Amino acid sequence: MKILVCISKTPDTTAKIAFADNNTKFAEAGVQWIINPYDEWYALVRAIELKEADAGSSIHLVTVGGADAEPIIRKALALGGDEAIRINADPADPYQVASQIADIAKAGGYDLVLTGKETIDYNNGSVGGMLAELLDMPYVALATSLQIAGTTATVKREIEGGEETLEASLPLVVSCQKGMAEARIPNMRGIMAARTKPLKVVEPAATEALTQVAAFGLPPAKAGVKLVSPDNVEELVRMLHEEARVI
Amino acid sequence: MSVLVFIDHIDGHIKKASLEAASYGAQIAAQSGTDAEAVVLGNPGGLSELGRQGIRKVHQVQGDQLSVIDAQVYAKVLEQVATQTGATVIVFSNNSTGKTVAPRLSVRLKAGLVSGAVALPETGSGFVVRKNVFSGKAFANVSVTTPVKIIALNPNAFTVTDADGTAEVVAFNATVDAPKVKVTGSTKTSGKVALTEADVVVSAGRGLKGPENWKMVEDLADVLGAALACSRPVADAHWRPHNEHVGQTGVAIAPNLYIAIGISGAIQHLAGVNRSKTIVVINKDPEAPFFKAADYGIVGDAFEVVPKLLDAVKKVKGVS
Ligand SMILES: Cc1cc2nc3c(=O)[nH]c(=O)nc-3n(C[C@H](O)[C@H](O)[C@H](O)COP(=O)(O)OP(=O)(O)OC[C@H]3O[C@@H](n4cnc5c(N)ncnc54)[C@H](O)[C@@H]3O)c2cc1C
Repeated sequence: MKILVCISKTPDTTAKIAFADNNTKFAEAGVQWIINPYDEWYALVRAIELKEADAGSSIHLVTVGGADAEPIIRKALALGGDEAIRINADPADPYQVASQIADIAKAGGYDLVLTGKETIDYNNGSVGGMLAELLDMPYVALATSLQIAGTTATVKREIEGGEETLEASLPLVVSCQKGMAEARIPNMRGIMAARTKPLKVVEPAATEALTQVAAFGLPPAKAGVKLVSPDNVEELVRMLHEEARVI
Repeated sequence: MSVLVFIDHIDGHIKKASLEAASYGAQIAAQSGTDAEAVVLGNPGGLSELGRQGIRKVHQVQGDQLSVIDAQVYAKVLEQVATQTGATVIVFSNNSTGKTVAPRLSVRLKAGLVSGAVALPETGSGFVVRKNVFSGKAFANVSVTTPVKIIALNPNAFTVTDADGTAEVVAFNATVDAPKVKVTGSTKTSGKVALTEADVVVSAGRGLKGPENWKMVEDLADVLGAALACSRPVADAHWRPHNEHVGQTGVAIAPNLYIAIGISGAIQHLAGVNRSKTIVVINKDPEAPFFKAADYGIVGDAFEVVPKLLDAVKKVKGVS
């Protein structure tokens, strides 16, 4: 089975969120970058598990990003990707990213395409679905489990208030989230091997974005906490009832 | 602007998130002096009542093929409805169905998509929609430059409106493909209320020491009609199911009331819950970072405070 895993670079979860250039850009100074956790912990690790169960499989990674994305893609190779492609373009919006990846995926003949359920910076969760449409493949979003038997995939997906088990034939696009796999850390052997694994850089095809960020902003700060004594819990309930009107 | 709202349903009922989307869509239409229309795939109850949210007409597509939400099939049907009705703004709820279908429709119509919208579009110059980014730590005003626009509205970001009115339900004959995805089973999660749709969420963390201590949390959630949530280490340790994990790498929520019990308030946890309108923190450590993000707090031992809270809530709610 040939698996394609889409990898995105995101700021570390503890990064300070601030904006530059008149609030039109994320302020990158001093920010640590990581593999988007959903891509790493769930999509990539599940791909590795599937390969461990079926040695004939191969894991291909793809990212849309400049040269600054290379440490991220090398880390993904260290975890267990076999080879990687970096499409040399700055990500502009989900449509532009999905279109770039679609060009690679069409040529690659993949049986399974995995993405994270969303990135933790833009929280769009759109690339997987757009990619599936561009590839004319079925799509299961928000998957918490993925099993493959032959050419049939059994996927669990989260729905409001429950979970659904679905069956679909490969090829298939799946967006992954918690439950899918247990996070791993790269070992020394993986890190050494990653240095020599193929990382191909391709130039982007011309694709336009459909949206753009006009400005970023930060939500207003909270007014401050009202503390209530543990001996006066009824007062808290009164305030929630009469003042905040939430119960 | 011609607004079309996608109505999602489960077990014969329209989802609350779709009532929000309908209210939101009607408001956008009202801004430009028009009426909003809706589209539903399937046959839930209460379609004409969508008039109460300001929907004037509901286009209904029916067929056995639609009982499974196969995004590929749905997107093709919605494309037909959108094209025939001349929709220029299409509204989804950013729930599980919206997240699955809206991106595909965006490609089919080459319509810019804003997912996770939290406010009405600004249409003064251009078309700009505010959405959450960085898991609620910030927002972005996203400009959509295509003729047709798609907005996926975050659950609990817009209040359901309610006024007299009836929607006319009309059949829409669409070409419906055979689904390539088959449902082989489904399970309901423990909580009665879906986490992302819940008005009240009761959440607990490692401070509860072990899964055996969740009874009081469940009882509190029960009287409040709340959904249950937990911090990541709690789900990682399998004290609670994964779908209850909220935060930057779990579910992001914005209920009216979020009660956090024995949760320290790490930055990754706050990221997924800081959009809650009112936050109550119960923690025995006065230095817990969560108090900085809270509206109300009690510094105290959860094992003493929660049973008292349960009693006090019961009194207010008039349950014994
Ligand atoms: C990349 C990354 C992503 C992450 N994503 C998430 C995420 O999405 N969601 C998430 O929740 N976490 C996430 N985390 C983990 C996060 O950093 C914290 O470790 C986690 O939120 C802590 O959970 P907790 O508050 O339950 O536990 P702790 O930090 O151990 O806090 C327990 C709290 O309980 C209090 N307490 C103890 N006993 C009592 C008592 N008897 N009564 C009252 N209070 C008591 C303590 O004072 C303490 O404040 C992430 C971490 C990383 C690195």
